[in-house]
Amino acid sequence: MNMSQYLEMFLVEAKEHLQNLNDKVLALENNPDDKAIIDEIFRSAHTLKGMSATMGFDKVAELTHQMENVLHKVRAGERQVSSPLVDIFFKCLDTLDILISNIGDGGEGNLETSSLVTALQAAQEGHDRPLEATGISEGSKIDTGIPPEPVMSIEFNEYEKNIIRQSSEQGFFPWHLTVEIRPTCVMKSARAFMVFKNLEALGEVIKTNPSIEDIEDERFDPGFEIVLITKSLREEIIKAVNSIAEVDLPGIFSINIDNPPIPQEVKEKAKPANPQPAKTSPKEGVGGVAKHVPTIRVDIERLDLLINLVGELVINKTRLARIGHNKRLPDLNETIEQMDRISLDLQNLVMKVRMVPIEQVFNRFPRMVRDLARDMGKEVELIIEGKETELDRTVIDEIGDPLVHLLRNCLDHGVETKEQREVQGKPAQAKVRLAAKHEGNSVVIEVEDDGKGINTEVLMQKALEKGVITSAQAEAMEQEEVVNLIFAPGLSTAEKVTDISGRGVGLDAVRSKIESLSGSIFIETEKDRGTKFKINLPLTLAIIRALLVQVNQEAYAIPLGFIDETTIITPQDIRNVHEQEVILLRGNVLPLVRLHKPVGLSVPDYQPGQELFVVVVRKNNRQVGLVVDELIGQQEIVIKNLGHLLGGIPGLAGATILGDGRVSLILDITTLF
Amino acid sequence: MEKSTGNSAELQIVAFHLGLTEYALPIDNVQEIIRLQTITRVPRAPLWVEGVINLRGTVVTVGNLHKRFSLPLIQVTEDSRIIIVKLAETNAGILVDDASDVIRISQGAVESSPDITGNIDKEYITGVVKIDNRILILLEPQKLLATGG
Repeated sequence: MNMSQYLEMFLVEAKEHLQNLNDKVLALENNPDDKAIIDEIFRSAHTLKGMSATMGFDKVAELTHQMENVLHKVRAGERQVSSPLVDIFFKCLDTLDILISNIGDGGEGNLETSSLVTALQAAQEGHDRPLEATGISEGSKIDTGIPPEPVMSIEFNEYEKNIIRQSSEQGFFPWHLTVEIRPTCVMKSARAFMVFKNLEALGEVIKTNPSIEDIEDERFDPGFEIVLITKSLREEIIKAVNSIAEVDLPGIFSINIDNPPIPQEVKEKAKPANPQPAKTSPKEGVGGVAKHVPTIRVDIERLDLLINLVGELVINKTRLARIGHNKRLPDLNETIEQMDRISLDLQNLVMKVRMVPIEQVFNRFPRMVRDLARDMGKEVELIIEGKETELDRTVIDEIGDPLVHLLRNCLDHGVETKEQREVQGKPAQAKVRLAAKHEGNSVVIEVEDDGKGINTEVLMQKALEKGVITSAQAEAMEQEEVVNLIFAPGLSTAEKVTDISGRGVGLDAVRSKIESLSGSIFIETEKDRGTKFKINLPLTLAIIRALLVQVNQEAYAIPLGFIDETTIITPQDIRNVHEQEVILLRGNVLPLVRLHKPVGLSVPDYQPGQELFVVVVRKNNRQVGLVVDELIGQQEIVIKNLGHLLGGIPGLAGATILGDGRVSLILDITTLF
Repeated sequence: MEKSTGNSAELQIVAFHLGLTEYALPIDNVQEIIRLQTITRVPRAPLWVEGVINLRGTVVTVGNLHKRFSLPLIQVTEDSRIIIVKLAETNAGILVDDASDVIRISQGAVESSPDITGNIDKEYITGVVKIDNRILILLEPQKLLATGG
């Protein structure tokens, strides 16, 4: 049977299930006993298994099947959810993601998954075996740099179990030790030898991981596990190990072979340095099943076509209205009013259909923040607000990358390490807030942290060093302007370049992206209190409100997003400062640009007493007054592409068709002058 | 209209004037010929671009071949037309002084005879067609409306 026609559907649904699984596993990490979450994970994994088995993607099916088995035990209360188990789940999800992407790229979805399958099988038996290399670089990368959690990965054979049982009866108790040799240590095997020597004075080492031979050959990093049988007390063991220099003992607990416990201290240590999505998602009651609203899937291109047609309708309606107005036909006007209402409803409806909750973008962040925080050894709680806020798909598609950048920035530069935070008297767990909400005709997205804030002195120093500003400019700068230097190209304040950010493609890229979406970005920062980025975005990029202006009989549209206000002046109001025309607007100096110039028209002389219209626009957070001949008025415009031949002209964001059928160009203020 | 493809020996071309010289484009590349309408000038566009027009709701770029070929500019008249040319990526218009007729020629009638094409860049030209006492310069549509220039 040819399944290719179902492939597209499979991929879409598989991705959805993966996202759901990611969310739910995150939630599970924070609420390990929540039955509803476990059930949801089970259902998703089960569905995914069924789908992939039907499609013949055996690896996906096998992996999900093993996950399902473990989950089954968890559901039945036969085993508990532990931190290593959650890690195994996450790695499974990462691997599934790679497998499914591979299928999407035309592959068979055949990757090495055996180590994961083994880990899952072990987990079914109740052993949390920390994953060794999974063979999938992306999956295993997450753990680098973090000391492995002190969890027993040792399995005993019957013979060993017997020894332990027998010795227990004689008052010798088994202990599980995790020993780590510091990376700076030169003779690691010598230290390891000393560890064994000291321990053997207390009792008998019956098993190690890795094997004794490997330890002697220094094949361990950064440490190894030991099972010791001794009569000594916990403190004596700790003392014996700690008496050796350059050796740490991050974990010690007694072993109960017949009922492998999850040691209390490990549980505490493994307290997640990660977000708590519980706060972000509405609590689902026990047994609460997500509501199913009947929906259909529609090809996005069809929606684009629909909005184009609605755009046509709007344009032609405006033309009809003009005719009715010019020819003074009252009957026609009445009909047009009706049509106006209907087309407006239609337009709103189509826009709504294209609206998607920003959840789509936000969803991937809890996981990303969790992983990043772990990589950096920071504790971060990500608080997400307003993920149900709806935005047009055109904006959704574009906003992901800038937000990733801002969040990475927050975690890397904003949030301090645990130690630094404790010195500051702050809670060890930092808070990063990601919030979206509607404000009038736009959407506001805020990314806020309670970290160290932006050090304006360092920032200014860097800007001077890199030649972004001159020292004369630096002196004249106000605090607010200095903070905005962070958006200057070629400036990165990270003291060292890390994998996460500080690669020179800094916040200037974020700002230009947001401005290209007709949005704006502001920053507020306070030393040691945190930083807040505030992004304003239009709801849609397909139909926008714009002000039509006229210069030399040519009409141009300026998106309202750029405009702060309009005002009327006379030539007498204009002053010249350093060859630059300015006016005083409520006490502030406003530089003027005559629109004729950037659009390539000759600039006419001022007539005495002439009324000049000034459109105050914002460019890079600075106000500029655009002088135009006339203001035509505000209206909704449908943005049309300028096409292949005229793409990428600076200053132009596209074109629109006016009510009289003429084409008018839409100005892009950020690149106009 | 008869199919022009399928019979490799035959070719239909649309003839038009730029000044006194006659040019032609293969009919397969011509979507339609429209009357002149308001052209919106596009600042900072390449020099040979006259502007953009509204073709039933689509914004279409219009080029001026007088400018592209550095020919003397001519006043637009009642006869001026815009030929909408189908290109691989997009449609684009060219402003012409008139579009006279569609001519059926045989493939063999196209000669490569560059000496009479004056100062027009040779990459724009497919060849020269002589029929009766008319001489038409057959243009290469893809090159003609490529960016640059």
